[in-house]
Amino acid sequence: MTVGTAVVNILVFPGFLFLVALGLAGEFVDRKLYARFQNRQGPPWFQPVADVLKLFGKEDVIPEEADRTTFNLAPVFALAAVVAASLYIPLWSATSLFPFDGDLIVVLYLLLIPTVCFFLGGWYSRSVFATLGAVRAITQVFAYEIPLFVALLAPSLLANSWSISKIAAYYAAHPWLWLVNLIGFGVALVSLLGKLERVPFDTPEAETEIVAGSFTEYSGRRLAFFRLAINCEAIVGASLIAAVFLPFGLGLAPWLGFLVYLGKVLLILGILALLRTLFARLRIDQMIDFCWKVVAPIAFLQVLINLVVRELI
Amino acid sequence: MPDKERIVRVPIGPQHPALKEPESFMVDLQGEKISAVTLRLGYNHRGIEKGCEERTYVQDVYLVERVCGICSHSHSTAFVQAVEEIAGLELPHRAAYIRTLIAELERVHSHLLWLGVAGHEIGFDTLLMYTWRDREQVMDLFAELTGNRVNYGINTVGGVRRDISPEQLPRILKVVDALEERTKYYIELAMTEETLAQRLSGVGKLSKEDAVLLGAVGPTARASGVDRDTRRDDPYAAYGELEFQVVTDDRCDVFGRAVVRLGELMQTYSMIRQLVRQMPEGPITVKAPLRIPAGEAVSRYEAPRGEDVHYVKANGTDKPERVKIRAPTLANTQSVAKMLEDGYLADLPIVVAAIDPCFSCTDRMIAVKTREDARTMGWEELVQYGVRWYRERGVDVSKIKMRGDSTA
Repeated sequence: MTVGTAVVNILVFPGFLFLVALGLAGEFVDRKLYARFQNRQGPPWFQPVADVLKLFGKEDVIPEEADRTTFNLAPVFALAAVVAASLYIPLWSATSLFPFDGDLIVVLYLLLIPTVCFFLGGWYSRSVFATLGAVRAITQVFAYEIPLFVALLAPSLLANSWSISKIAAYYAAHPWLWLVNLIGFGVALVSLLGKLERVPFDTPEAETEIVAGSFTEYSGRRLAFFRLAINCEAIVGASLIAAVFLPFGLGLAPWLGFLVYLGKVLLILGILALLRTLFARLRIDQMIDFCWKVVAPIAFLQVLINLVVRELI
Repeated sequence: MPDKERIVRVPIGPQHPALKEPESFMVDLQGEKISAVTLRLGYNHRGIEKGCEERTYVQDVYLVERVCGICSHSHSTAFVQAVEEIAGLELPHRAAYIRTLIAELERVHSHLLWLGVAGHEIGFDTLLMYTWRDREQVMDLFAELTGNRVNYGINTVGGVRRDISPEQLPRILKVVDALEERTKYYIELAMTEETLAQRLSGVGKLSKEDAVLLGAVGPTARASGVDRDTRRDDPYAAYGELEFQVVTDDRCDVFGRAVVRLGELMQTYSMIRQLVRQMPEGPITVKAPLRIPAGEAVSRYEAPRGEDVHYVKANGTDKPERVKIRAPTLANTQSVAKMLEDGYLADLPIVVAAIDPCFSCTDRMIAVKTREDARTMGWEELVQYGVRWYRERGVDVSKIKMRGDSTA
């Protein structure tokens, strides 16, 4: 791979621009489904694009009290980390752009960076609401991140590898073994809800309590960057879960494989939209309780199952 | 002991997404826990009581109706009841029924609205969308019966302004049937939905003793086991002829308040059916004098949010001497501070919403006591102060001719 193609890969396809387009399309799907579940009309297909364009054109205000460097960099870092993570996830082919052993761990850590950026951005905004949102965001990380790690690492026990591509290849070779990981799939979806700060885990940006949480002081293009980061995070998170837990259609022709991949991401986005329709927002203490007392044990149960299965086969 | 250094002061209001009206809650936080709340009312003072003194009784009915957008019928009924009592007017039987019918329909739309707002406050927007969609049916019914969706304008001194035709009665029943089905669904939802129960149970506790002590009214009091309802205790309009039960609950929390409101909805549907079935024939209004003889009266009315009290003093002219309105929210605000004690910040919106607050209705007049230079001003003094204030800034308003102002 020459430097030229690598740059095109990273910036245009299947890197940055492609991911942003997919992220905006994903936001539309989520909003439309959410609206239809609630018996509403929902937005037209171009609404997310229009929102971002409008935000880019808006006045950009930085609070006087805020730490300018961190305030400016947090949104960019958040988006960059998500895009970087996308490069290590196999989308529709069997391997990712730059696969190596242990990329699963790297992806998980890269996906943690946006949340840290939400915290830093909110904390250095120096507004009460932003500070509270930031604290809640970082508190929540400790609740959902460990179940997410455990759930995603469980399938790797069977595949005997920390490479996403190899895990996917292993499950493609053993077609029915993915059923073993169904519990982990559920845990990962719940944790992803927390990562994306969606109902019932949207305490860090609970509108009726702390306005917009970390994003309260953000406006204009910085807010647009944050929103793009969240949109892309949804796609990357869904792709990661799809790659690890739904390993179908990897050996197909590129266009067919792409359609299968879109189907998987749509399915996951649909489940996420349905989940956020069904529940009320949990309080932060209830959220932590729920994650530690219910989700984490279930995730460890998955590990136990996989260890047993590994001995059997 | 709370450590002073670790207390964060969060301003909820006067501008905040959780509040649909300007109101200020200064919340002292320790982590996520509330250590103190300072409440301040009075951002929405519109001078309606003063305005009533400047207008005739007939005009006042419409002005008073605009105290509140949700319980508009409550305020106009409470007002005309007081005026009718001073003037010694006998309300026609059919007018009493129509008034009661509109009042109960208003309760339906108000409680459904509350359920949606409560859902939104705890991040359950699906409930908001569902209940407000269902509520549209009542709003459309209002438009058909009275001509308006919000400020119905059906009351007048001595009766009601619009009759209900025989063809409209089955349509009312149809809406009631449809909404009863939906309400049953919401009751089932409230009883079975896990996150809803988690967010509402044990939140915003108000014991029966405190409810009585702080003078809570309406569903807020009834959810704390206080068996008090003006419709039964001091029947007005057609309530004396209706069969209904006062719904109370012993949970003393936000969940109890939701249960009471849902239970009241079911009672209200049965009352509307009785009203439609027993609707008597006859005139809908008696002739009322323009000049009301001197006297005074207090009128009580069970609004969807609780007891609404109007006091009217007449001096023999066509304008009242004094009108005083005590909206139910004012009676309930005292208890909010109690409910918030040792609560979580996350519960503040739903606890405040649970009394179904209507701050604009509540704001009458306040005297700010916290400032040393605070004092009370009369009307003349206030005008002079305004003129002086603008003159200091280079604007002379004393030359501007006002309509009806003969001296300028």
